[in-house]
Amino acid sequence: MNRAALLVLADGRFPAGGHAHSGGAEEAVTAGRVRDVAGLEEFCRGRLHTSGLVAAGLAAAAAAGYEPLLLEEAADARTASPALRHTSRRLGRQLLRAARSAWPCAELEALAAARPRGAHQPVVLGLAARCAGLMPLDAAYAAAYESIGGPVTATVRLLRLDPFDATAVLARLAADLDHVAAAAAEAAQRIHADGPAALPAGSAPLLDIAAEQHATRAARLFAS
Amino acid sequence: MHLQHSDTFPDGHPHGSGGSSGERPGGRHRALRIGLGGPVGSGKTATVAALCRTLREELSIAVVTNDIYTREDAEFLLREAVLPAERITAVQTGACPHTAIRDDISANLEAVEDLEDHLGTLDLILIESGGDNLTATFSKGLVDAQIFVIDVAGGDDIPRKGGPGVTTSDLLVINKTDLAPHVGADLQAMARDAEAQRDRLPTVLTAVKTPGGIIPVADWIRARLADWTAHAA
Repeated sequence: MNRAALLVLADGRFPAGGHAHSGGAEEAVTAGRVRDVAGLEEFCRGRLHTSGLVAAGLAAAAAAGYEPLLLEEAADARTASPALRHTSRRLGRQLLRAARSAWPCAELEALAAARPRGAHQPVVLGLAARCAGLMPLDAAYAAAYESIGGPVTATVRLLRLDPFDATAVLARLAADLDHVAAAAAEAAQRIHADGPAALPAGSAPLLDIAAEQHATRAARLFAS
Repeated sequence: MHLQHSDTFPDGHPHGSGGSSGERPGGRHRALRIGLGGPVGSGKTATVAALCRTLREELSIAVVTNDIYTREDAEFLLREAVLPAERITAVQTGACPHTAIRDDISANLEAVEDLEDHLGTLDLILIESGGDNLTATFSKGLVDAQIFVIDVAGGDDIPRKGGPGVTTSDLLVINKTDLAPHVGADLQAMARDAEAQRDRLPTVLTAVKTPGGIIPVADWIRARLADWTAHAA
């Protein structure tokens, strides 16, 4: 157990491709649904409690040692939008590359061999946490935090928000993060007995629809 | 129970993770990778196009473009038909072109690997950065050598100002020399300043769109490729 590895894994500078993605924030800005700091906070709260919670559950289950390829299916079942499935696998592939260098481990190699075009990002994140010696709750925290950290950084660039105000949004969501990570880790504890149905399966239809719209735009700053 | 895994790889290093290895998974020798960076409008895409036209008969080439918010550079190369479409890939960079070539190279590495997987053995992959500033440089994990392209119309004081692109690039191209009389640029001063900044690294003053203008750049790439191939043998 090496808790400091969580700082490395959750660092926005960890070279796993996240900088080119907005987590749906760009489309929300383009559509006028996010215009300011208050709108960003609502967007992040919604994302955290839906796709953030789902990602945290998958990551915690992978960190607990549940079969990654079964979690791949569980992730597909929880990701309605083809564009978001594509993004998740692409980011998973990039994270797998970084994680294999940072924490060489037979389980990461096995997943890379089974999914050369990429596995779902939360599954890779959980397995990376496992190989780094972290606990399922740690993996859930990393996934939950990432689900809002990316949109905040992207929105600072898209709307020229005051970066201090934007960072305060993340700080104000800390209690929600605690709640989501704990719920995800608790669900992951039940997966060995109950199977993937134990994992959260919340969805955010507007994020799905917006992701499909964003994917068709010719001019955009972020890949998703 | 969670263990700190200490599994070692059969051959001692994790294939496919880092980008600087000279081999592709399976032990095959990979293509030479050259990065092209430089400010917006200096002629990076024109240089890539001219290099492809000049070298495509003798070398198997592919191109990765890093477009900032469109696919314009990739589409320009496709429209100009400098290479077949399957040899050109665009990577999206999320408002930070320098991040994708230096701090987090994973998307570019995957584009490179996919080209090699789909096209078979390649000699040369050109990776064009999105237009950026004078501090943009490529990671050694992504490219084997980098060309920095500036132009005389951007101000003849750029070589004097230096910065990582001007001082550390393996080849500095000072482009659009044909415009010098029209913009009042002092080519001799640019050459002198570049020499002073670059500690014996080569500099080419040329206009890549004029007939023969790409030849010194193409010759430099041929020499790098000869070194690369000799190193692999």
